[in-house]
Amino acid sequence: MENVLETNNLGIAFGGLKACENVNITIKKNEIYGLIGPNGAGKTTVFNILTGVYQPTWGSFKLDGEEIKNLSQEKINQKGIARTFQNIRLFNNMSVVRNVMVGLHNRKEYKCGFFTSALRLPKHFKVEKEMRSKAKELLDIFGLLEERNNLACNLPYGKQRKLEIARALATNPKLLLLDEPAAGMNPNETMELAETIKLIRDKFDMTILLIDHDLKFVSGLCDRITVLNFGQVLAEGNISDVLNNKDVIEAYIGKQEEL
Amino acid sequence: MKDKSKFKLKHFINYIVIGAATIIFTILNFTGVLGLSEQFLLEKITIAIILAVSLGLVVGFLGELSLGHAGFMCIGAYIGGKISALLSSSSLGTGLPNLLISIIVGGIAAAIAGVAIGLPALRLKGDYLAIVTLAFGEIVKTLFLNSSDESFGGPIGLETPRYDRNHLFIIGFVLVLVMLAIIQNIIRSKHGRAITSIRDSEIAARATGINVTRYKLLVFALSAFFAGIAGVLYSFSNYRVQCTKFDYNYSIEILVMVVLGGMGSVNGSILSATLITFLQVQLASILTGDLAVLQNIFYALVLILIVIYNNAPALKGFRETHNLKTFFSKLFKKKKEDVDPSLVKDDEAKWNRIPTKINMDELLSMDVKVTESTMKPDKDKGGSS
Ligand SMILES: Nc1ncnc2c1ncn2[C@@H]1O[C@H](COP(=O)(O)OP(=O)(O)OP(=O)(O)O)[C@@H](O)[C@H]1O
Ligand SMILES: [Mg+2]
Repeated sequence: MENVLETNNLGIAFGGLKACENVNITIKKNEIYGLIGPNGAGKTTVFNILTGVYQPTWGSFKLDGEEIKNLSQEKINQKGIARTFQNIRLFNNMSVVRNVMVGLHNRKEYKCGFFTSALRLPKHFKVEKEMRSKAKELLDIFGLLEERNNLACNLPYGKQRKLEIARALATNPKLLLLDEPAAGMNPNETMELAETIKLIRDKFDMTILLIDHDLKFVSGLCDRITVLNFGQVLAEGNISDVLNNKDVIEAYIGKQEEL
Repeated sequence: MKDKSKFKLKHFINYIVIGAATIIFTILNFTGVLGLSEQFLLEKITIAIILAVSLGLVVGFLGELSLGHAGFMCIGAYIGGKISALLSSSSLGTGLPNLLISIIVGGIAAAIAGVAIGLPALRLKGDYLAIVTLAFGEIVKTLFLNSSDESFGGPIGLETPRYDRNHLFIIGFVLVLVMLAIIQNIIRSKHGRAITSIRDSEIAARATGINVTRYKLLVFALSAFFAGIAGVLYSFSNYRVQCTKFDYNYSIEILVMVVLGGMGSVNGSILSATLITFLQVQLASILTGDLAVLQNIFYALVLILIVIYNNAPALKGFRETHNLKTFFSKLFKKKKEDVDPSLVKDDEAKWNRIPTKINMDELLSMDVKVTESTMKPDKDKGGSS
């Protein structure tokens, strides 16, 4: 099995602060991989490096064996890394279906030049129609079809999170990064989300890297995880081994004694 | 479960209204009802509509604040005017071909300037971009002010050839229709979606693979192109271009039209451009002599009232029952179902739905604040929660 993502001693410093350092994560195709750690550990920062928001100070990473270097965010997305955000970032003044259609924008099958659109040539209508039905197909998977014409900002919180995933998925990524997808959800919603994530993995043959604080959620989904603490990798590997690791318990779980 | 593809009247209503207006005024003109001042008023209105809708593309759809729209218009007016003056002494004379060539060249010149100003716009946001565009407008003005007498006439201005007044306003209307077609087609396509996605969240747009650079340049170029065309029309309408016209105040005046019409609403821009221009001209003709000073007061008063009407929380209920939409639906005897506001559908042809990002008082005190969404401390980039 080939590796979809391979990071090599990835790290970044903001001035004197090393937000993360020596991060080595290898994710196999079709795997759901977890990234956990206490607040401020540098998890989101890793995502930001992988999506080109920041250029790494040290190290490098490969997507599907190809080194990704000095690429803009949009180029990295076009290469095949899509993400969601810890604090939801939808296109709030656009309808649900159009949010997903923005995700479909760069797909080859929906290419439609600027002048084709400005002149409303038949191609434009064809592409619009196909994009809409594809978007609806995706929304259906997430149970958002009924709400497709609502404004994104009017969706309840849990559905907004799902819509963000649907939009990321619409870009047809090789690797999907989910930043705390279960944050703010009740146990029922969390369970449902876990099912959806598994479904995505199977249906789209997707590889997923996810961050979450809910260990039950993470252990239900991931086989392997990496634990970050103060920017350092504390432990990595099989989830049951990692969660029994003394350092991890001390640094991370030890704080929550009732668990 | 069907939601597509039918012919939607509301998507074409502005073409129909403006097309009808064109025909009616053309007929009135040939029957001799329209005098010189009416023709001039119509020219002014078409110029204002082109300016407002093209600026609306930047402000309402891309979500960037530009205070230099008059600068693009200025470039169009001078370049187009000059070309037309040169051509009129050639075999073309002052016929339609000359006019069209001048309009297109003026537009292209402005579009090139639009790309030039769009390049820094890729790095700047909010206030900073506003300041750059503001400076751009003033620089353009000053450049033409200091041009030599032979080139652009310097402080005296550039005299432009006189076209047939009976045709000029019709051409204005046709240009409005062409502009509407192009701008609305783009807004209602995948490219328009990309542009509005940048407005709603630039970070998410980038992460979704939207080429933000390309779309920003495109919008700036397109918007400047039409501003340039409006400039050329202006130069023909006034027989003379003088750069003092294209100052900061004029850019603000266009922005006021966009803001009053509602951000992201093409029809709103058309309506407010028409009303404001009409109001200005009427005030100027009613209040003459000693009363002329009252013009500005009245104008400002009307603006304030509109802003209060549009924004005052106390008038919210009144607004919801007494607006153009309900007026029109009553007019067409359509039964209005009770819609849950949370189910409001996303539609480009909506009036005034997208909340105004710029507060009028800030705008009028020249202290333009950054819009909220562009300056929120970025949590993903900033600290942890
Ligand atoms: N642009 C930046 N400039 C300076 N410091 C930053 C920047 N981005 C992140 N940091 C710092 O890096 C550290 C890691 O932040 P990060 O957001 O990655 O944490 P996290 O693991 O995602 O935490 P949480 O669980 O709260 O989301 C924090 O101390 C944060 O303040
Ligand atoms: Mg985080």
